[in-house]
Amino acid sequence: MTPASGGPGAVTSPFSPAPGAAPYLRQVRAQARMETRLMLRNGEQLLVALVIPILALVGGVVGAERGGIELDGRAVDVLTPGVLALAVMSTAFTSLAIATGFERRYGLIKRLGASPLPRSGLLLGKIGAVLTVQVVQAVVLVAVALALGWSPSGGWVALPLALLAAVLGTAAFASLGLLLAGTLRAEATLAIANLVYLLLLVGGAVLLPRSSYGGVGELLAVLPSAALGDAFRAALVDGSLAAGPLLVLVVWALLGATAATRLFRWE
Amino acid sequence: MPAPAPAVEIDGLVMRYGGTAAVDGLSLTVATGSITAVLGPNGAGKTTTLETCEGYRRAQEGTVRVLGLDPVRERRALLPRIGVMLQAGGAWSGVRADEMLRHMASLHAHPLDVAMLVDRLGLGECGRTPYRRLSGGQQQRLGLAMALVGRPELLFVDEPTAGMDPAVRRTTWELLEEMRDAGVTTVLTTHYMDEAEHLADQVHVIDHGRLVVSGSPFELTRATGASTIRLVVTEPFPPEAPASLQEALGPATEVTAIGPQSLLITGPADASTLAVVSAWCERHGVLPESLSLGQRTLEDVFLQLTGRELGDEALETAR
Repeated sequence: MTPASGGPGAVTSPFSPAPGAAPYLRQVRAQARMETRLMLRNGEQLLVALVIPILALVGGVVGAERGGIELDGRAVDVLTPGVLALAVMSTAFTSLAIATGFERRYGLIKRLGASPLPRSGLLLGKIGAVLTVQVVQAVVLVAVALALGWSPSGGWVALPLALLAAVLGTAAFASLGLLLAGTLRAEATLAIANLVYLLLLVGGAVLLPRSSYGGVGELLAVLPSAALGDAFRAALVDGSLAAGPLLVLVVWALLGATAATRLFRWE
Repeated sequence: MPAPAPAVEIDGLVMRYGGTAAVDGLSLTVATGSITAVLGPNGAGKTTTLETCEGYRRAQEGTVRVLGLDPVRERRALLPRIGVMLQAGGAWSGVRADEMLRHMASLHAHPLDVAMLVDRLGLGECGRTPYRRLSGGQQQRLGLAMALVGRPELLFVDEPTAGMDPAVRRTTWELLEEMRDAGVTTVLTTHYMDEAEHLADQVHVIDHGRLVVSGSPFELTRATGASTIRLVVTEPFPPEAPASLQEALGPATEVTAIGPQSLLITGPADASTLAVVSAWCERHGVLPESLSLGQRTLEDVFLQLTGRELGDEALETAR
């Protein structure tokens, strides 16, 4: 410790230097907790994360009962995997991009750069927050789906397969979300993240299988949204591993992470 | 007891952006346990210098050592030991002040008591207001609290009291003085003369990225034995007036125009100087509006050394 120059008061001062970083895992936990709390506090993000998926599920099931949509099987069984995929996408991409964009704008990322929290800890904190919110989404959406009569048919193997799809989908969409947030202004990130979410919701073969899109369905297979939806449907409907879609997600994750690592600007 | 090693050593620092040098061969040291002010107008290179010490930027030329460490290569070892207050921002847009402070505390091993800090900086008034809706002064105080909460050895604060009302500035100064008494070294940038004069043990005046002069406020303002006379006249004087007054007074004094109707005369403020000034006014048909004597301020020092003023804002505060 530095010798104090201020006489006897120095001994009892609460401000006497006692520097040091908290243990790494404690820092990561604190970071994840804060990010989760702030994500759940944000009304717009809750809309994207929960309200829209629930509306899509309930609306799709009601619409199918009235004969509006033709599906291969019971509507709730086909739609629920898609809605879960949509929920993964909303948090990993839209919520994460918007939150990170405003963190840059408000100088938070710069300020944490001068704190004891390393960049890896910041990233782990974000991953922790995204996964926590996704668990909340999954619990709510599965409850709604079960209430609507969902009966998953993939057997016990469906659960690890769906988790694998969720993890790879999160990696792909989170790296794309961070790329967006790290290169554009916060307002542009907000607009584009929401727009992309809506476009993929409607035309990205995430909610509905690609077969519902007619001739363009094959082309949609390269989209991360279609790949995530396909992987979830394969897991929860057939209990099978969708190698092609999972590979598409891995490629998107690698592309996104490489670009984000190179192009992300902290300020 | 041997003098402790300097907390900060900057030697020949050059930082260029595009074609222009924001910092242009700057060398200075910060003594351990001191409050050291880096004083200069906007754009003088203060923030760039500070951010190089904080490891945000790599020195393009020259060397920077902070607590004996290279701030970029040894950043992980350095960061837990320093406290940083950015010029603006630094929190989540939707976070509450106490929440943000508690979070910063949780990243450190032996943080200060958050409730005590909230109380000392009057952050309780922020209540549940999200960061983006706090006033500028409240954001400043939170930024300062975030810099202090990890109990650093060395504090870098960038324009700490910008946007604070006078009463809060006083409290902030008292807090920084208390930190010094506890053994914390503080480096602060400011363009407020009174802040540097009141608070700093050592002042480095910089302009255009270069060191203009260093010294304690006392050394800078009093050591020459000089005083000042401010002469304000009723009508704008002719352009040759400063030179002719300078000629009349001789080399022991220095005449600087600080506006179309005011002159600053630095030198022995004795009866003979005053006699020359009034004779000069009479000869040129100039009617004095006010003639005031005073000690040299840092403002005067800066004006003389750089030929320009720190800015209207700073002048208002200094008067």
